[in-house]
Amino acid sequence: MSEHELRVSKIRNGTVIDHVQGGQALNVLAILGIDGSEGLSVSVGMNVPSDRLGRKDIVKVEGRELSPSEVDVLSLIAPEATINIVRAFDVVEKNRVTRPERVVGVLSCPNRNCITNAEEPVDTRFTVIADGVRCEYCSTVVRADIAAHIDV
Amino acid sequence: MRQDHLITATQLSRGDIEAVLDRARAIAADPTAYADRHAGTVLALCFFEPSTRTRMSFDAAAKRLGIDTIDMGDVSASSVSKGESLADTVRVIEGYSDALVLRHPSEGAAQMAAEFVDVPVVNAGDGAGQHPSQTLLDLYTIQETHGLDDLTIGVMGDLKYGRTVHSLATALTNFDARQHFISPESLGLPRSVRFDLHETGAQIREHDDLGAVLPELDVLYVTRIQKERFPDENEYHRVAGEYQIDASVLEAAADDLTVMHPLPRVDEIAPDVDDTDHARYFEQAHNGIPVRMALLDSLLESTHE
Repeated sequence: MSEHELRVSKIRNGTVIDHVQGGQALNVLAILGIDGSEGLSVSVGMNVPSDRLGRKDIVKVEGRELSPSEVDVLSLIAPEATINIVRAFDVVEKNRVTRPERVVGVLSCPNRNCITNAEEPVDTRFTVIADGVRCEYCSTVVRADIAAHIDV
Repeated sequence: MRQDHLITATQLSRGDIEAVLDRARAIAADPTAYADRHAGTVLALCFFEPSTRTRMSFDAAAKRLGIDTIDMGDVSASSVSKGESLADTVRVIEGYSDALVLRHPSEGAAQMAAEFVDVPVVNAGDGAGQHPSQTLLDLYTIQETHGLDDLTIGVMGDLKYGRTVHSLATALTNFDARQHFISPESLGLPRSVRFDLHETGAQIREHDDLGAVLPELDVLYVTRIQKERFPDENEYHRVAGEYQIDASVLEAAADDLTVMHPLPRVDEIAPDVDDTDHARYFEQAHNGIPVRMALLDSLLESTHE
């Protein structure tokens, strides 16, 4: 058993999000709305050595199977991420994240004058474009550092 | 035009634009034929920012179609001053009217409003975003003076915050237009507009000096550079002075150059230009009536079908 496997223990049932770019694990949890209050058992490995990424993060969520629609939004900050569904300690399903067409309610618009930053009863909504996202209300284009705009 | 709302110029196809302009031309030729066309209909004017031309021309256009108008009045005297959300305001006013014209200081306000109501919403300016009904009357003016294809247009002034510029630049991508943008570097086109222009493969060039491009222009569209965009008044005067035109500047232009401005102007077009054949900005403002009549006519017609 290698050293990094010892650091993050196996789960019985749930979801393992692997190959997350190093340093993004907490943003992954934020996007998924997992903050501990729901009682899920969560393990996080950060900056684990990786052949593919150099350094990677791993997030293991015990007792919850995340659907593709829930995790596709992760592609914005962790495009290489793989989603493993685990049942009885076995990986029964392994998927890559795919880019969604639209992201609702996860990001805040960096344009302070956007109506979504006023006190209005509306979720943010971004269209995913080739190299970023675009606000569907004010048209602001966000390319760099999308993680900085996570608002959950 | 088969649209429920008019929110941005990006939603307008060439066919949509030509349909409104054709209808506007028919209205201008025989306005009395449209006088009672929408009798019994009510249009709500909801202006959360000051407006003279847009508010009055929508009001006048509506009345010339037989439409009654109700006006929210000054924001400071409305329930907005009590902290009511825009979403609540438009849902209430929807019950009083058959269509809404909305001006608001936040970008995206009209889009959001349209999601909360079932009546047509016309964006009459959302912050530094879009002003598509102005664009329709700008296009009408260009079509009347030069034509919309094989057009070389220069757009000068505040391109960053100028919502009329954003809508016009986007709408012109439907036509065979070469667009030149002339501004100080700090007031160049915003990334969102560049994105739309890039997506359509539009032919654009950017300059910091009008002189280099003036002789080849068919249309020069001038906008106001606002003092509040500059941290320092001296800097404002220095920069704004470089983007002002007068009759002597226009001596280098083609004889049939059309000069346009969405108004109000301050000193970016000197009064001596008014007396030249280039000046079309007052005619442009007047075109707001037939064009907004055509727009309201087509939006209300769609809701009746």
